[in-house]
Amino acid sequence: MINTEMPKHQINPNKWIDLYSDYLFNYTITRVRDRDTAQDLVQDTFFAGLKSMKNFKGEASERTWLISILKRKIIDHYRKINSKKGKAEVRVNFSSDSDNEGDWIEQRVADPFDKTAEDNLENKELGLAIHNCLGKLSEKQAQVFKMKTMLGYETDAICNELNITASNLWVIIHRARTTLASCLEENWF
Amino acid sequence: MSKKNNIFISCTEAAHTCNQSQYNEASLWKKIKLTIHLLYCKACRKYSKNNAKLTKVMNNSELEYLKTSEKDALKSNFEKELAKNN
Repeated sequence: MINTEMPKHQINPNKWIDLYSDYLFNYTITRVRDRDTAQDLVQDTFFAGLKSMKNFKGEASERTWLISILKRKIIDHYRKINSKKGKAEVRVNFSSDSDNEGDWIEQRVADPFDKTAEDNLENKELGLAIHNCLGKLSEKQAQVFKMKTMLGYETDAICNELNITASNLWVIIHRARTTLASCLEENWF
Repeated sequence: MSKKNNIFISCTEAAHTCNQSQYNEASLWKKIKLTIHLLYCKACRKYSKNNAKLTKVMNNSELEYLKTSEKDALKSNFEKELAKNN
């Protein structure tokens, strides 16, 4: 049986925010185009994940599992907007029993190698390629690089917030950029 | 030759200036020294090219990240919820 050879994934909500919040947020914002809504949806996803943790069977990775919950939240979000506008609405009854939330989802996304056709498709999106490469950086490097490059903080502001010197900062930036460039070279350029 | 005003810089310094210029934080004089360095240093030319490419990709990607404060808010909400569930 193939099933017995499937790698089992563990679930540990304590690290969710650090590990996945940026990924989920970025995934959401490309689909809803509004920061506040995206934040709410991400938060809802984490809460829903927490509630249905017992349904996690470890057949998909945590991230894939959370994304599948998030997808449903996004669909729900659009359905809500749609019905507010009084437009035609398609009702699909995913699951009325909230205890089972997360159960049906995993059956659909389960993949022993954690590399579904959809994952491959997602990887083609540049943003996610970058995200995967950011995962190769150390926590500190990723943090500094994100603040500097994506959030556009001033050098001084970052130094104050993280309590490092400017030359520390540039060394970290240098290492981050070198790693990212070679990672993207392999996977994207 | 005084070390400070030497127009020939090391690869380390070239890389540093190159990084700074990705964020528009390099002075004109530094950029001139970098350009001179790139004339004769193939390795740094390659680094500089990749670095510029990375900047371009990052600008095109429209990646959005949670601000530190937003993430902290999310974290504290989540921890409350986590405590409730335990």
